[in-house]
Amino acid sequence: MKQPILQLNNINKSFPGVKALDGACLNVYPGQVMALLGENGAGKSTLMKVITGIYSLDEGEIRYQDKVVSFNGPRESQKAGISIIHQELNLLPELTIAENIFLGREITNRFGAINWSLMFEQADLLLKRLKVKHKSSTPLNELSLGEQQMVEIAKALSFESKVIIMDEPTDALTDSEVDSLFVVINELRDEGYGIVYISHRLKEIFEVCDDITVLRDGKFIAEKTVASMDEDTLIELMVGRRLDEQYPRIATTHSTVCLEVKELYAKATHGVSFTLNHGEILGVSGLMGAGRTELMKVIYGALARESGDIILNGQVINPTSSLQALNHGIAYISEDRKGDGLVLGLSVKDNMSLCALKDLSKGWQLDHQAEATSVNDFIRLFNIKTPSMNQIIGNLSGGNQQKVAIAKGLMTKPKVLILDEPTRGVDVGAKKEIYQLINKFKAEGMSIILVSSEMPEVLGMSDRILVMHQGQISGEFSAKEADQEKLMACAVGKNNNEVAA
Amino acid sequence: MSSNITSSVSAISKRHFLSKEWFIEQKSLIALIVLIAVVSVLNEYFFTIDNILNILRQTSVIAILAAGMTLVILTAGIDLSVGSILALCGAFAASMISLEIPVLIAVPVSLLGGAVLGSMAGLIISKGKVQAFIATLVMMTLLRGVTMVYTDGRPISTGFTDVADSFAWFGTGYMFGIPVPVWLMIFVFAGIWYLLNHTRFGRYVYALGGNESATKLSGINVDRIKIGVYSICGLLSALAGIIITSRLSSAQPTAGMGYELDAIAAVVVGGTSLAGGRGYIMGTLIGALIIGVLNNALNLLDVSSYFQMIVKAAVILLAVLVDNKNK
Repeated sequence: MKQPILQLNNINKSFPGVKALDGACLNVYPGQVMALLGENGAGKSTLMKVITGIYSLDEGEIRYQDKVVSFNGPRESQKAGISIIHQELNLLPELTIAENIFLGREITNRFGAINWSLMFEQADLLLKRLKVKHKSSTPLNELSLGEQQMVEIAKALSFESKVIIMDEPTDALTDSEVDSLFVVINELRDEGYGIVYISHRLKEIFEVCDDITVLRDGKFIAEKTVASMDEDTLIELMVGRRLDEQYPRIATTHSTVCLEVKELYAKATHGVSFTLNHGEILGVSGLMGAGRTELMKVIYGALARESGDIILNGQVINPTSSLQALNHGIAYISEDRKGDGLVLGLSVKDNMSLCALKDLSKGWQLDHQAEATSVNDFIRLFNIKTPSMNQIIGNLSGGNQQKVAIAKGLMTKPKVLILDEPTRGVDVGAKKEIYQLINKFKAEGMSIILVSSEMPEVLGMSDRILVMHQGQISGEFSAKEADQEKLMACAVGKNNNEVAA
Repeated sequence: MSSNITSSVSAISKRHFLSKEWFIEQKSLIALIVLIAVVSVLNEYFFTIDNILNILRQTSVIAILAAGMTLVILTAGIDLSVGSILALCGAFAASMISLEIPVLIAVPVSLLGGAVLGSMAGLIISKGKVQAFIATLVMMTLLRGVTMVYTDGRPISTGFTDVADSFAWFGTGYMFGIPVPVWLMIFVFAGIWYLLNHTRFGRYVYALGGNESATKLSGINVDRIKIGVYSICGLLSALAGIIITSRLSSAQPTAGMGYELDAIAAVVVGGTSLAGGRGYIMGTLIGALIIGVLNNALNLLDVSSYFQMIVKAAVILLAVLVDNKNK
């Protein structure tokens, strides 16, 4: 067996209420590309943050070049020769390529002035090595995304890194850019670098990687050579968990169409069509960045629609603002409570009634009595744990915040309720309560779209499941025929027919 | 059900009264009372009805500007143009009065003019996506320039007509023994208080300042709210301009210069966060009074006007530091 250059053994890391890593392992070998795989939330990013010392580890050890190490942040790990290229590039678009490469450690003369010619010269050498056809004095914003990625790699090389970790490097790249990235990766491998390649795209794994490490729920599952694997076994390794009985499904009959989306095109939505029946829970699965949230926001009128129709109860509505969608009876609960879901500095009451204030006022004056009544009703109905409705919502737990967010949508008495990741950052107990609430709405005849990255949740709750991949629907399953392997296969880009075959 | 509501409401008010939270919330009021007590001991003239009314009248202009500024700052914006709107609308009112246009027409038209000027800033900010600081800086410079051109750099007298006499009521008149500007200040604060606490618009102002994207996603037209707050701020600036013009019987082209900073200081001393979404209109009134009392006290105590600026700066800094500490 080869000797790993970087070795992570039995890493444990807990956050309040969550065990993010539970005996995670990873070996990086010089001259090989190691794929790191796992579902959303499997602990890949946490593991990377442990390596660079952004998070301290609770247990376990990191061995680098045969020594136990612990880094105190990305600066230290980078100095030692471990570079991470993040999904979202950490570059400054207004500066030149050379300035970006040498940011924070500019080459200076002894008076502290920057030695520009030497810096450009060295940067040019790096670019040449990566076959980038730009001078290093070019401003970064004149480069394509793929070329910018090369600059990140050049930066990693300038640190004389021995280990380069790439987190979803091809997410934003075009096909030809992906090809040239792979050429560079192959060269780096031949030069003896140890490379970690994190990606959701299985095809790429088989194209460029030598070994595979699979994580699931923060646990180490397997380390295999790519040669010994095929796609199906790999998917099984990634999802392989059983559904437990936390999803109390209720059977309802639904035949009539409530919402229909026809050939919808928008910025990150490429020709999506589907229907939603009355009293149905439609699960929408897929990996991060598949365009699920964008699609929902187009339906909700918060993002611009390019073409196609949104039809509610037989009537074309095509909302151009969230207000229109709400007035038609579509409510959307955001996946990002902090970002655009809630106003964290306001009270529970002010947040919950925000969408529905028109119904809670007489003329232009707020009807405080009516507002308090319905807010308190929802607090009781949803079992929201808050000292009073005037509590600042930022002080509540994630689960209780989420319940307020759902109540906020329900206050508008919607016909269609779109829940985007309704259990993200929510503890197990509150999760179950939220599932029960969703079922209750369903029993009352509400039509629900449940967007979730957690496959067990989608499988357990939905009557029908759509899978999205790169802004398109890559699969549709009834609750009966769906299983995690099929969903995962569609999520990574196989289409329906391939899966069925 | 109803008992539930009343119990939770009374729980809140009970928690506040004389408890630690109550003191933290009322710290600007307490600071004002302490300030008054200290100065009363140091100077016997200070705590007389004449002087108190004097302070209130002197404070009214800044307080009215600060009331509008509070709305703007609650939305996480800022308005630097209040002083210039004050001058332009004051000059406009003065020339209408000098032309013997009746007060009942001249005053509403000036107020409307202020609202329109404010809404222009609001339009630039919301539709043009320009930062509030820049947009209102432009308006500040532009409108001061317009005022200078309009007045040719000279004061405009309201004249010596009957119309001018009745116009003088706004700045010099009394009602029930209390100066008219003080009444106007009280009405303005009562109005803004009502707006913020009892209307949808007020709730949206807080929401917008707390989290603009969440507010937008809640189906609220945030552009309309922004234009609304800058219009109200402009209208109140015009009202302040009318008071000053009426009091002096003439409009000075340089009137209101630097007032925007005093108004912002009053808002901040009153505990409203410049980051938006958090603050109280009554805090602003107290903030304005603290600055007003301080000015008056320093005069009474014969502190040179050069020193006054230093003391004022120290007090504002202190107020903000204390506010940060309690967050």
